[in-house]
Amino acid sequence: MQMAPIHPLRADKMLRPLAIEARGLVKRFDGTLAVNGVDLEVPEGAIYGILGPNGAGKTTTLRMLLGIIDPDEGVRRLLGHDHPQDIARWIGYLPEERGLYPSMKAVDAIAFMGSLRGLPLAEGRRKGLELLEQNGLGHAAQRTIRQLSKGMAQQVQLLGALVHDPRLVVLDEPFSGLDAINQGKLESMIRALAARGTTVIFSTHVIAHAERMCEGVAIIAGGKVSFAGRVDEARDRIRPQVRLETRADDGAWRTALPDDARHEGQFWYFSLPESGIEPLLRALIDLDAGILSLSIERAGLHDAFVAIAGEAVARALEAETELENAA
Amino acid sequence: MSAGRLSFWQAASVIARRDFTAVLFSRSFLLFLLGPLFPLIVGALAGGVSSRVATTADQAHIGVAMVATDADAMLAAHGRLAPQLGTGLPDMVILRQLKPGESYDPHAALSDGNAGLGAVLTGTLDAPVLTGTADRIGRWQGPVSFLAGNASAAAGPHYPQVTLSGTKSSSAQRHANRLLTAQAAQTLLFLLIMLLAGMVLSNLVEEKTNKIIEILASAIPMDAVFFGKLFAMLGVSLVGIAAWGAVGGAIVLLAGHALPALPEPAVGWPIFFALGTIYFAMGYLLLGALFLTIGSMASTVREVQTLSMPVTMMQLLVFFFASYAMAQPGSTIEWLAVIFPPSSPFAMLARAAQENGLWQHVIAVGWQGLAVALFVKAGAGLFRKRVMQSGPAPRKAAGRGLLARLKQSRA
Repeated sequence: MQMAPIHPLRADKMLRPLAIEARGLVKRFDGTLAVNGVDLEVPEGAIYGILGPNGAGKTTTLRMLLGIIDPDEGVRRLLGHDHPQDIARWIGYLPEERGLYPSMKAVDAIAFMGSLRGLPLAEGRRKGLELLEQNGLGHAAQRTIRQLSKGMAQQVQLLGALVHDPRLVVLDEPFSGLDAINQGKLESMIRALAARGTTVIFSTHVIAHAERMCEGVAIIAGGKVSFAGRVDEARDRIRPQVRLETRADDGAWRTALPDDARHEGQFWYFSLPESGIEPLLRALIDLDAGILSLSIERAGLHDAFVAIAGEAVARALEAETELENAA
Repeated sequence: MSAGRLSFWQAASVIARRDFTAVLFSRSFLLFLLGPLFPLIVGALAGGVSSRVATTADQAHIGVAMVATDADAMLAAHGRLAPQLGTGLPDMVILRQLKPGESYDPHAALSDGNAGLGAVLTGTLDAPVLTGTADRIGRWQGPVSFLAGNASAAAGPHYPQVTLSGTKSSSAQRHANRLLTAQAAQTLLFLLIMLLAGMVLSNLVEEKTNKIIEILASAIPMDAVFFGKLFAMLGVSLVGIAAWGAVGGAIVLLAGHALPALPEPAVGWPIFFALGTIYFAMGYLLLGALFLTIGSMASTVREVQTLSMPVTMMQLLVFFFASYAMAQPGSTIEWLAVIFPPSSPFAMLARAAQENGLWQHVIAVGWQGLAVALFVKAGAGLFRKRVMQSGPAPRKAAGRGLLARLKQSRA
């Protein structure tokens, strides 16, 4: 089936084939619309984030992409295949609900997860041992899952999702429940995967993770994609902010400031005018503003998120992050 | 494996292998195995005791219908030798002292309903004829020859050849006997299935508790997960049956004649055992598919227990239905029992006990296999539709259990 491009995420890098294409995905549960027309395009080799608060439809979207559940409407294609389970061998998945058999040894758990995706058990054990060693968990290889700490078990599960060298890795809230050190390790691991050409898509409600790591993001709220594209592009949705410091708080020069200028502390803040900074600077100098400092700051993903998804959704997202940090 | 995934049966075997080894090498399986052995051990002890009781209680005697002199001589010999031979010698009573040339029908005497009459001795001291059931006349042939030899006036003991005349059972009797075998087999099948299929019930709850179900569902088709689990549990059950069978066999050997021997089924014992195993597997898979679906819907063991009660009762009804149908071979009721998938294994096993012909079993097994596939497909579909429908469970703060959810819905 041919799909027309829906988003310019790959327009500049492009010519990269798409690892994930989804068009108009809709899912209802008992009449309630959980996902309402999600479109996604993720190029191969990208790190891509799905950003949104809990209940936004991130997990349902990922489950539809993976074929765990079927969409009521819409189509999806992974690595060029319409049926995701036909290419299970090429996909690695870490669900949000972490789970392993408690009585299984760590190395066997990794091998078992590999065997589900076609890796022979013996090879899975060998590669599992290698991965455990590489990630500083060699000492835990023969321990049962119930003997491991939560963080270690989570790492074992992640290694189980990677043991068969997938081309596409799908991680549902991978940073959830990890301490700062393990979050850092996971970030490095994701970057290493992408460097090898593996496509990584993960859902998160922590904007900072997406901003730091992702080439592209989809912002989901209320089951709808409000934005899907490059992180830079999301940030460019908001005009850069100008921070101005003057000798005096008031004067004739103030008439030169844009309408949205606001005074906070010793600074004036306003959006960069469409005409650019030079005409404004000239006017301020002519009117003797006494400029002490002036800087232009590009909007962060958080500001972009607020602008795109709305203040209420952004607040919900912040509240979840705080709750998780407190936990 | 195709280019990108395991085949259906490869996927099912990955699940089956994991489940089979996990269950088989768990401590709880050992306890599970030992559980039914306690009543069996008690049964064996009781069997040993009842064997003695049965030996003592077997007071069947030989009725003598001979000319007066021969009859008296036999009784006299019995009186002389009984103290030495003890229980090896059956009691003897005179049924009739015949006049020379008078004939006597021992079969009629045996069918008269004389409860204590085990066999009838006719003929002469030189040519005795023993009539009765095969096992008894076989057992008493030697003692009768010995007694006749001692009773004979001939110089020096000689032991005449005893002519045996076995009582033949009628076709009606044979049918009644086979019905007994059918009933016993059905009951055993039902008990085994109910005992062992329960293991399947909580199987998917474990997956859900361990939260690994989503990993399985993302990698392989849910049908393959269901099939893998069913076959793993079937394998575990067969191991259990083999263990119990070995112990049961030992008990049968120990208990000996205390355990009643069942009449031979129409298809013969070897085929009957093979069919029994096949029908156990089919019955197990059919009920297991149902239990697996129920188990997959539940999130706690308590929920499983609540949900399983109606199914258990329904299964009991199915068993009663099959038992009722068994007594009416060829009737519409029996055909319904044969066609209705849950009762089909029971009805067909009863048929194997009562009727010859293997073709009907081939068709029945095919039909039951199809029903298993349909049950599993439906269960897996329901699971995908109903269970994998949302993200993680809501945070505790958002609601604690059913009561909180109820309150929320009222608010």
